[in-house]
This record gives sequence, C-alpha cells and structure tokens, in this order.
Amino acid sequence: MISYLLKRLIWLPIVLWAVSSLTFLALRIVPGNPIQTVQNQVMDKSQLAQVEAVWGLNRPITEQYANFLSKLVRGDLGLAMSSGVPIRRMIFERMPPTIELAIVSLVISTGIGVLSGVASVTIRNRAIDYSVRTASILGLSLPLFWVGIMLIILFSVKLRWTPTSGRIGAGVDYDVITNFMFYDLIATGNWQAFGSYLRHLVLPSVTIGLTSAGFVARLTRSAMLEVMNSDYIRTARAKGLYERSVIWKHAMRNAMLPIITLQGLQFGAILGGAVITERVFSYPGMGAWLLDGILERDYSVVQGGIIFVALAYVLMNLLVDILYHVIDPRLRNPSF
Amino acid sequence: MGAEKNTAWRIGAFWRRYDIALLGGAIFAFILLITILASVVAPYDPMARNIRNLFATPSAENPFGTDQLGRDVLSRVIHGGRPILSASFTAVFSALAVGTTVGVAGGYVGGWLDTALMRLMDVMLSFPSILLAILIVATLGVGLLNVTVAIGFAMVPVFARLARSIVITLVYEEYVAAARSLGASDLHIIWKHILPNMMPPIIVQASAMLAVAIGTASALNFIGLGVEPGTPDWGMMVAEGQRLIFDAPHVPVFPGLVITITVLSVNYMGDGLRDHLDPKLRRQGI
Repeated sequence: MISYLLKRLIWLPIVLWAVSSLTFLALRIVPGNPIQTVQNQVMDKSQLAQVEAVWGLNRPITEQYANFLSKLVRGDLGLAMSSGVPIRRMIFERMPPTIELAIVSLVISTGIGVLSGVASVTIRNRAIDYSVRTASILGLSLPLFWVGIMLIILFSVKLRWTPTSGRIGAGVDYDVITNFMFYDLIATGNWQAFGSYLRHLVLPSVTIGLTSAGFVARLTRSAMLEVMNSDYIRTARAKGLYERSVIWKHAMRNAMLPIITLQGLQFGAILGGAVITERVFSYPGMGAWLLDGILERDYSVVQGGIIFVALAYVLMNLLVDILYHVIDPRLRNPSF
Repeated sequence: MGAEKNTAWRIGAFWRRYDIALLGGAIFAFILLITILASVVAPYDPMARNIRNLFATPSAENPFGTDQLGRDVLSRVIHGGRPILSASFTAVFSALAVGTTVGVAGGYVGGWLDTALMRLMDVMLSFPSILLAILIVATLGVGLLNVTVAIGFAMVPVFARLARSIVITLVYEEYVAAARSLGASDLHIIWKHILPNMMPPIIVQASAMLAVAIGTASALNFIGLGVEPGTPDWGMMVAEGQRLIFDAPHVPVFPGLVITITVLSVNYMGDGLRDHLDPKLRRQGI
C-alpha cells in the first residue's frame, strides 16, 4: 500500500505542473491583459506600457513562462495585480475558511444523505421511501444560490437567529494562529468568538449540505438495495444477528465504497459550490477571492486560485484512495 | 382496509410510472412556450420603470410584485428564461454533437486514437462540471456566449464516454459485420447502423444534462459571469434581488422558484424517458 501511495504522490507535482501551465497559457491566449482591462480609461499608451513592463507582460511569452515556473517551484505565486498583495498571503487568509466550509458541508450532506438513503431501504415503509426519493430529486433541482437566499430571508431577516453574511461578527476580538478558526478559537478558549463563528458558518454549510444530500441519498439507496439482496446478508440474518448490526456493520461496509467515491467527487462540486455560496453569504473564502480575480482578469489571482483548487482536488482523491484501502481489505494485498 | 390501500397504492404507482414524467414534460413545454412568446405574453415591458410603484407586494395588477425600480417582476420572469434556456440548449446540443463524434471516432477506430481521446476525456471528467465551467469562463472572460461555451465544453466528455461505450459493443454486432462484408464504407456503417442504435441512451443523457445545464447557467449568471447586470434573467434577478431581502423579499423568491420548477420538470421528464428508452440505466440508480 505504501508503494502504491508513493506512486500516487509522484503524480502530484506532474498534475500541478500541467494545471498551472494550462492556466498560464489559456489566460494569455485570450486577447487583452489585466492592465489594459482595468487601466484602459485612466492611462495613456506610454503609461500602460510602463505598467506592463513592471509586470513583465511585454516580454516574450516563453520568457514569462520560464519566469513563472522558476518562481512556482520556489513556492512563490507572485503578487496580486489588482492589490499588490502576495498571493501566498492571500491563500493563507482565504483557504482556511473555504476548507472549513467544505468539510462541514460534506459532513452535513453525508449525514443527511446516508441516513435518509438507508432509511428508505431498510424501513419497509413506502411513504418514507417515496418521500426520500422526492426530496432527493428536489435537492438535485434546487439552485444552491437561491436556497441560500431563502435561508437568509427566513433565519436572518424574519427570525433574526443568524447573521446575513461574513465569517465572524464585526466587533469580535480574536487571535489568528492558523486562521482555521475552529482550531484557533478553541485553542485560545475564546468561546464568545467561537459562538459567533458557528452562527456565521451554519447557513452557508447547510445550504451546500442540503443541496448535495440528494445525490448521496440516491446513491446510498441504490447501493444499499444491491447489498441487502446479497447472500452474505442472508447469512448474517440466518446467524440471528440483530437487524441493526446487519445493516450498519455488514451492509454499510460494502455500500460505503460507492458513497466514498461519490463524496470524493462531491468535494470538487462543493468547491465549485463554495464559489457561489461564498458570494451569497459574503463569506471571505477562496471562492469569493477567485471570483473577484476572474472579474478583474487578475492573472496572478486566477492562477493561484486554480492551482490551489487543483491541489485540494488531487489531495481529496488521494484521501479517497486511502479510505478505500482502510475499508476494503481486499485492496490492501493486490495478490489476494 | 388492506385492499383499499393496495388500490390506492396501485394508482399511485401508475401515476409515478407514467404521469409524473408526462407532467414534467408538459410543464417544461409550457415554460418553453412562454419563454419563446415572452414579448406577447408578458403583461408589461420588462425594462419599464415606474417610480410610483416601487417594492409593490404581489397583487392583481402585479402578480409577482415590483422591484426597486418599479419594474413588473412577472414580466421580467417571463422574459428571464431566454438567456438561460438558450444557453443551456445550445450547450447541450453542441456537447452532444462534439462528444458523440469524439466517442464514435475513438470507439470505431480504436488503437492509439481511442486511448488518447479517452485519456483526455478522463482528465476533463475528473473535474466537476460547475468548477470546470467557472475555470473556463475565468480564462475566456465574462459573457453569456462564454458561459454557453464553458457549459458545453464541460459536458463533452460525458457524451464521448457514453457514445464510445455503445459503439464498442455495436461494432461486433452481426448486422455491422454483414454490412461490412457487403462492402459498405465506414461512414455508411456509422451513419446507417451505429448512430440510430445509440440514439436512445444519448437522448436520455441529453435530458439529464439539460437539467444540469440550466442549473449551471443560472448559477453562472447569478455570480455575474454571464449576462450584464440589469438584464431580465432568472439568475441575475436572484442576484440583484438579494439586495432587497429586507425591503422586498418577494423579488428574489419568484425567479428562483421558476428555476426550481424548470429543473425539476426536466429531471422528472428525464427519469421517465430513461425508464422507457433505456431500462438498463435505471438499475444504476443515478
């Protein structure tokens, strides 16, 4: 298994190189650079040329690319063209909120999806099965951004339970250590800030969790249906095991494999959903940052954002592979 | 009691087996018709402002109320399907054409071409479609045309994989061998024998992709990567309506509701199509 993981890890830099090169090229193939787009109205030709020279945009594309790669291997993603802030610092600021949002959303969607999928198969009640199926097709059809706004109208505007936007209350004092607030606020014992943080996190994560739970419920249902009809489940029942143990210990272990695969893929969808959700909730994460970069055609921001997304996605797939090996003993020894 | 429940259940089963799909198709056809006839059907000009009637709640005169400029929300919703639906249809049909061509080329020719094309498709497929679409708009720039290109591009591998998987089974069919021994050309075999046989699953896939495309297009318009601000468009209307959640929460409610109904009707229509045209897919459950 270790050699297999090493083989996968060798691919990591290759994938990152391919993604960053593709992004680099694609951004420059399209006419118009960020300086021209943003500064066209306020600068004359000679000023534009000066600014382009500062950013190296007047050099031949091969030289720009070599420069970009040599910086990249040193972990230097350059400066944001619109603000001059180092991309690395922006990633430190923006990445933790998105990862926290993605993980909590994944937990919500897995929890709701798996429980309702299992319920629709194992509780022999057609009304439950029918409502789970209807709810999951509804979940697939609801636009994420609209669900977010409806939740804001209900819980923030009408009921006043939750804030409408942001990551933490404006007047709240807290120390930044890792910028993963979940860790920072617990480590410093700052419970007042922690409460504000949780109230800000609940609506965005419920929005993503609810809309992606439909997929999970559908898949769990079909995986469980298949497993529950297999011979070893009949054997487990014949041995006189409790139904609870048959379902959660025997059936779930096999049904888990397709669910984990789906959740690995869902993680990417959640990152995509984060772009939209962060916009709805003015949540200061990678998605909102990448979107601003796109709208301003800021090369450095888009490159940095896309490389980060690719990295997160590849690592998530690696994690899915590791989980596979943990859950399915057949994969641990290929000769088996 | 048991017999009664049984009868009720059988009626319910019949309804679900046939009528929900039909109902979905009818609702979607209705939405399409309204969208095409928007300028005839809409009670008001979607851009006409009326400063004497701002933030009006739903009434007989303005069934969906009015927005911050006094524009009629119903008329804007009626016009608002055009950008999203035209982008979605164009994207899905282009992806279908390109993807099927790629899949047939790979599956029929085989060898290194097949390997190269399918590896490329795998790489594209490994990225979730919404994210791939956002990244494509990121490089191409903002605009409805680029949104269409991005959605279509992201869907190409779905059709390519499906087409290839069908072609590689059809190539070994006896009637294809018979046609070849009679001296039919490759193009003739593909056109007359392979394409007609792969249409049902492709159509099923296209209807599922249409639902995804409508969702993606409205999301991209919502985050401002598609249509210009102020355009009557379901996604953009929700985005601009979000600023009114305190003064006029009805403004973002209606366009979002219409997106949901549209996507839901396409999904139910697609499920019905799948059950009738391609019972094999049904067992996969997704």
